[in-house]
Amino acid sequence: MPQTAGTLDSQQKTTSRRPAGTLYRGNTGMWSWVLHRITGVAIFFFLLVHILDTALVRVSPEAYNAVISQYQTPIMGLGEVALVGAIVFHAFNGLRIILIDFWNAKYQRVLFYVVIGLWVVTMLGFVPRHLINVFSH
Amino acid sequence: MTSTIEAPRSPRTPKGPYGRSTKKSGVNWEKWGWIYMRVSGVVLVVLIFGHLFVNLMIGEGVSALNFAFVAGKLTNPFWMVWDIIMLWLALIHGGNGMRTLVNDYATSRISRGILKVAILVSVVALIVLGTLVVFTFDPCPAGAPADLVASFCKSL
Repeated sequence: MPQTAGTLDSQQKTTSRRPAGTLYRGNTGMWSWVLHRITGVAIFFFLLVHILDTALVRVSPEAYNAVISQYQTPIMGLGEVALVGAIVFHAFNGLRIILIDFWNAKYQRVLFYVVIGLWVVTMLGFVPRHLINVFSH
Repeated sequence: MTSTIEAPRSPRTPKGPYGRSTKKSGVNWEKWGWIYMRVSGVVLVVLIFGHLFVNLMIGEGVSALNFAFVAGKLTNPFWMVWDIIMLWLALIHGGNGMRTLVNDYATSRISRGILKVAILVSVVALIVLGTLVVFTFDPCPAGAPADLVASFCKSL
């Protein structure tokens, strides 16, 4: 098949094993992007529920307390660990995206490991204290 | 199967992504959306980390949350402003993020339209609801049991 400028056949597209010139295909760039989307969707749906449950303060103290006590059960306590983990990743990776956009994209990989490191430190600060609060009541 | 890439510097095609005209309109809304995600993101990191620290880390954390705890916060102008800003920034940030995913993954024009209307309706409804709750909140509702409301209700 003669090669004309501006056309690619599927063979050429699929045999390109080593992507070049992109931040978002393969390895840390892609996985940080995938995690950013998954955590973002999860946080969005929690936010919808969380505004509705907080709105129960306008119904009655009993209604609000009945629903908020569900957040204090052991299973939901573990769910809050997952929620905070998602929020902390989305927050730090969001700051990483801003640094890539406005500072220097060549540090994206090292910044991803900085995000993971800060996530571990933050979760080490949060999880033990939170689990004690959940399981000692 | 071949895909065609236009030669460099060829004139713009009349239709852009999703069949939209590429004709310049006055305001580049996608650019301002892009900027909004970054600006609101930085503010939200501060607001949400503060929210989580005060509600989940201080004292007995999640176990201490109840109507009286919320009453203490929503009668304090500092936390009212904090929560209102967090509500608006987070819902618009999340709604715009969901719009991006719909544009990427919903393949038909009709499903994109339905999903984006659903996102818009949810975001507007919850912004209105949340704002009304913060500004119309009554920390000491008439007839509520004294052990369920904040201690400052006794002096009323």
